[in-house]
Amino acid sequence: MSEHDITRAEHIEYVLRLADNVLILGQRISEWCGHAPVIEEDLALSNMALDLIGQSRLLLTHAGELEGKGRDEDQLAFLRVERDFRNVTLMEVPNEDFGRTTVRNFLFSAFQVLLWDKLSASTDRALAAIAAKSLKEARYHLNHSAEWVIRLGDGTALSQQKTQAALDYLWPYSAELFADSPVDAAAAAAGIGPAWSALEAEWEALVLPVLAEATLVVPARTPFKSFGKFGRHSEHMGHLLATMQYMQRTYPGAQW
Amino acid sequence: MQKKEWPLWEVFIRSRNGLDHKHCGSVHAPDATMALQVARDVYTRRLEGVSIWVVKASDIVASDPDAKPELFDPAEDKIYRHPTFYQLPDEVNHM
Repeated sequence: MSEHDITRAEHIEYVLRLADNVLILGQRISEWCGHAPVIEEDLALSNMALDLIGQSRLLLTHAGELEGKGRDEDQLAFLRVERDFRNVTLMEVPNEDFGRTTVRNFLFSAFQVLLWDKLSASTDRALAAIAAKSLKEARYHLNHSAEWVIRLGDGTALSQQKTQAALDYLWPYSAELFADSPVDAAAAAAGIGPAWSALEAEWEALVLPVLAEATLVVPARTPFKSFGKFGRHSEHMGHLLATMQYMQRTYPGAQW
Repeated sequence: MQKKEWPLWEVFIRSRNGLDHKHCGSVHAPDATMALQVARDVYTRRLEGVSIWVVKASDIVASDPDAKPELFDPAEDKIYRHPTFYQLPDEVNHM
């Protein structure tokens, strides 16, 4: 285990993946601000969005420092083009309804809890510090979304049907989290962080009991593949970036 | 169609260890677990507390506002019940 097992580019790529996942999901969840079913949940979702965007700021800053070309968090968030984003496709698909947002938050938070826990022992000390802070936030996100999944799934006939539809839609995208890549292998060899594929069994152990309690049927794995973390995004990504980036692109360097 | 409202929960926050829980507002939530979570999200965003209680509003037994005259007015002229009524030795501080 040493720095030599990973190239600078791979290290940056690994950190950007982490950063872009939380940035893009944070942007998606923030769409609920003022639109959630009840004001209590409006605040809960806004809190979660702010947690995620806070995490992305730290990670993007770190990625910019690793890159050493003077790019800061804002330049990385607002001035990169779609192909340069490394988030999994699961993060960018539309919210659709409260059920889908909740199921996505649940599936992803479970993954993040495992990932942050492992990353808090990273040989990249800045990353380890970010992970230790973020783990607490992710634990609450997992708790809150799991409680909701159970109540929506094991709720009324309508909420059950909508939550099942959400799971059916999102489940194929969750496979991308565990797709192997050379970046994962290098990060694992250098002790930067785990190969994401190594988290799959633990993730299922966390997720499946909750889905069962929610009386939801877990879809079978299909050959479907998404490639967001390799920069090949869905048609939804461009629209999301247009909303997120237009201010900096229209008024470069604008601050408030 | 039957419309069901979530019950109302009263929220009490302890701001620091050693202090009392103080009533700070209320939330709507389907059950106790969710009430605690939304209370956390609504009322502790700015480090307001270290502990939360939620109580179903319907479980609180309150005095009748119309009964104020007989409940509270009789104490008005019993000022001798205040400790300040008594002469205290100088050595006793902070009463």
